[in-house]
Amino acid sequence: MSVNDYEMVCGVEVHAELATKTKIFCSCTTEFGGEQNTHVCPVCSGLPGVLPVLNREVVNLAIKAGLALNCEIADYSKFDRKNYYYPDLPKNYQTSQFDLPICKAGWLEIMVDEEKKRIGITRAHMEEDAGKLVHSGETITSSMESFVDYNRTGVPLLEIVSEPDMRSIPEVIAYLEQLVEILEYTEVSDCKLEQGSVRFDVNVSIRPKGSSEFGIRSEIKNLNSYSSVRRCLEYEIERQAKILDEGERVIQETRTWDEGKGITLSLRSKEEAHDYRYFPEPDLVPLVIDREWVERISQTLPELPVARRARFQSLGLSEYDAKVLTDSKDLADFFDQALIEYKDAKVLANWVMGDFSRILNAQQCAVGDSPITPLQLAELLKLIEKGTISGKIAKSVIEDMYTTGKDAGTIIKEKGLAQISDEGALSGIIDGVLAANPQSVEDYRAGKERALGFLVGQIMKATKGQANPGKVNQLLKGKLS
Amino acid sequence: MDITARSAAELHTMLESKAISATELVREFIDRINKVEGNVKAFVTLTEESALEQAAKQDEKIARGEKIGPLAGIPMAFKDNMCLTGIRTTCSSKMLENFIPPYDATVVERLLDAGAISLGKLNMDEFAMGSSTENSAFFPTHNPWDLSCVTGGSSGGSVASVAADEVAYSLGSDTGGSIRQPAAFCGVVGMKPTYGAVSRYGLIAFASSLDQIGPVTKTVRDNALVLNAIAGHDTKDSTSVPFEKPDYTEFLVNDIKGLKIGIPWEYFGEGIDQGVARVIQEAIETLKGLGAEVTECSMPHTEYAMPTYYLIAPAECSSNLARFDGVRYGHRSQNNEDIISMFRKTRAEGFGSEVKRRIMLGTYALSSGYYDAYYLKAQKVRTLIKQDFDNALEKFDVLLSPTAPTPAFKLGEKLTDPLSMYMSDICTSPLNLAGLPGISVPAGFVNGLPVGLQLMGKAFSEGMLYRVAYTFEQNTDFHKVKPELTAEVVL
Amino acid sequence: MKISREEVEYVAMLARLELTAQETEDYTGNLNSILEYAGILEKLDTSEVLPTAHAVPLHNVMREDVVKSSMDAAKVLANAPDVENGFFKVPKIV
Ligand SMILES: [Zn+2]
Repeated sequence: MSVNDYEMVCGVEVHAELATKTKIFCSCTTEFGGEQNTHVCPVCSGLPGVLPVLNREVVNLAIKAGLALNCEIADYSKFDRKNYYYPDLPKNYQTSQFDLPICKAGWLEIMVDEEKKRIGITRAHMEEDAGKLVHSGETITSSMESFVDYNRTGVPLLEIVSEPDMRSIPEVIAYLEQLVEILEYTEVSDCKLEQGSVRFDVNVSIRPKGSSEFGIRSEIKNLNSYSSVRRCLEYEIERQAKILDEGERVIQETRTWDEGKGITLSLRSKEEAHDYRYFPEPDLVPLVIDREWVERISQTLPELPVARRARFQSLGLSEYDAKVLTDSKDLADFFDQALIEYKDAKVLANWVMGDFSRILNAQQCAVGDSPITPLQLAELLKLIEKGTISGKIAKSVIEDMYTTGKDAGTIIKEKGLAQISDEGALSGIIDGVLAANPQSVEDYRAGKERALGFLVGQIMKATKGQANPGKVNQLLKGKLS
Repeated sequence: MDITARSAAELHTMLESKAISATELVREFIDRINKVEGNVKAFVTLTEESALEQAAKQDEKIARGEKIGPLAGIPMAFKDNMCLTGIRTTCSSKMLENFIPPYDATVVERLLDAGAISLGKLNMDEFAMGSSTENSAFFPTHNPWDLSCVTGGSSGGSVASVAADEVAYSLGSDTGGSIRQPAAFCGVVGMKPTYGAVSRYGLIAFASSLDQIGPVTKTVRDNALVLNAIAGHDTKDSTSVPFEKPDYTEFLVNDIKGLKIGIPWEYFGEGIDQGVARVIQEAIETLKGLGAEVTECSMPHTEYAMPTYYLIAPAECSSNLARFDGVRYGHRSQNNEDIISMFRKTRAEGFGSEVKRRIMLGTYALSSGYYDAYYLKAQKVRTLIKQDFDNALEKFDVLLSPTAPTPAFKLGEKLTDPLSMYMSDICTSPLNLAGLPGISVPAGFVNGLPVGLQLMGKAFSEGMLYRVAYTFEQNTDFHKVKPELTAEVVL
Repeated sequence: MKISREEVEYVAMLARLELTAQETEDYTGNLNSILEYAGILEKLDTSEVLPTAHAVPLHNVMREDVVKSSMDAAKVLANAPDVENGFFKVPKIV
């Protein structure tokens, strides 16, 4: 059989670092980087005698994520110890959640090839991150010694486990992108993939198309980009297909992805099968989450991207525009705030995605740091609408707004950029131009429409572009008829 | 009476009235230690120099006319599983032989803030696992009443140092009886407070859901004074209870008229030494004579407490002691092929046989396939044991039993038989499972060895326990009898 | 016998303890006698009983998300058996 005769079955575990200031069980900073072993205290380095104290914000963010992922939030939840030995784990157990996770039974909807599909979320639970190992050689297997940095130890993680609902690589990628977008949108995690603040473990198996039984899966741990996930799954499906084609059986195992070679490798462990000996963490007390708490968190939940896109489309924006605007929460927030003052969504969207975004990109300025406020942009657009300035002038005004931080009105006044709409003033200028160009007047009257354009151009030139084009046309035609 | 034999309350009066200075007092205790420590062997680490420095500070305060607290300037010592910044903290284990904590346990911080003078760190069964202090990796501590006998354990150094007048008082920790049983063996007062009454922060954990720190003292009054200083909510310990802490000395009234005392007959079953039973019976008569209403009662799940304890405590210990792997602190084996062999060799070399036995037992009880049968089962039985206490304490103000089934046994007598050693905790471990407070007070002697009376109470009823214990103490003379420990005694 | 020598060896691996042949034999015996003793728990019907993990019924103990300073790196490393360049050093992992 060829790869195409098989169907893949995939579930994903996503580890997202929660956006707290301090670690989950101590008051050390979660800041990325820092000299090795400098964001460490007695608690997170697991000194004898220390005890953990739970960070309230970790629970708040976990509830928030759960709500955004349509999960049930547990009334009663607790922490458990997951026991295993590894040098990056200071206590040789990880404080995690086993049988009573804070969130369960959720879902999110993805869109692949114009088709909607719901992906189940089994559970999401809170746990602590481990430290970082640096190897003396190129890889863990070729190193004679390793070095441990515990800065990361105790950084709060939310592990989000999906159902094995995905059947193609595009579905997996769509799920991950959607999930990351939600976590970012809700500010549950800053989702800096390049800093490893979100990591993916994929569980994948294949089966002959049409079969309803699950195949034997392999788990590939610690992928940190969408492209790694894609390439890794492509490789793994092919590897498994080859095994099945040869009449062999896939081994259920954990594998690692070698980014450089583009292959997965068995983490053939010399040790025993995992026996984590979970038991309730005696140093932490249970969580009782009442509905009031959940309600309080739900108040802080922003409109999620899918809903926001739908609303933007209902305002008349194209699907594409709605997507561009909502890709960044900050940009969408900017748009929404400007929309309060300026109601033409389509014009506003063009300006937000057009000149506004272009200027910020050119200046490498984040939307949040923009010197132009949503209110100021709305005011600029209103001035165009009222005819105070032309769209063309507005393009230069917005540049000035960025550099000076001044209002459009102020800039227009200071630079004398307001359109001339006053009929008396325009009339005099038009008369002057007509007097200076008798030949063109003649031509127009003889039916040469093009002459009108020339005359308008002369009038605009005489007013340095500030004449209101509509008014000029109207007056000019009146004088020539 | 020797100055070192006096209670902390008496020493406080002497310091306040300037009958003695804190520095002189420390020197008195150092002299005493020099005299008897060779026989008793209560200390793992002595810190005479820093004690003298601390004493000088207290003396300056006194000279300035400042009012000093009840424990200020009084020499004491900590069990060697409580972290003290810059002072070697070993848990009497080879694993931590050279471990120097960079932080203070909450109890250490509170006592030092109260002006306590620490003379050092006290011997114990390794990682608090044992009932005789013979499991110390360094040396056993000897019972001041009979140097050929054990002190009990695991807080053997804590009780022996107090009984031998090497310190005025000490702190111990109690997971299954580790304060009360040795207090009974050495004829001193030992309190295990309600779980959550004293912070565990900085106590090197044995079994987190059972461990509790408490005072070991010569008198009931001293015990209340020390508990005053160490109890109370601590935000560094999530299992610390935010309760309103009373002044425990206010409960020290010589009056138990009308109080209801329950005697659970299950605590007087087989295995209880006849002499011990007789002493406790006499104590009951004394209490009756003082006006208490004493009634027999039943706590039907008592016989299940020991096996329950010996599943839960090892399970927690197997996880708590996983961190000792030779990476961040403590012993590390030499010539390690890879990380796994380093972990295995380090732990094989660093831990003694009882610690390993419990780690093995606990690991097994938690392992896949056995969790339900052992660990979960034990947790459920723990519920039943707790209910026994709740039911009994609805009817009684306190419950009374022997603290230990026998007086102190001979050194080496039970070392080869773990189960018979475990039985030494039979009267004390149920209370840890229930999380309730208990106190052991001297109640008499059998063949010259002290016997302890255990009083058990409702959660946070330490005051009530002190009241009964104080009344008993004030109407008996057992606490006034001192071991005849002299420099001439040589093993 | 509830627990075999092989199981004891497996548990020793899980617990990262290297046991001598003598220790393995001793612990096999010890564990069996303790587990046999623990067998009396089987007499109790606990099907309707909830487990107790904590002695005191506390819940929702949390702290605020406020950064406090960490420990000096020198102190972090002070007790370590092997240190290099601010890292804890360990032998090869696989
Ligand atoms: Zn920390």
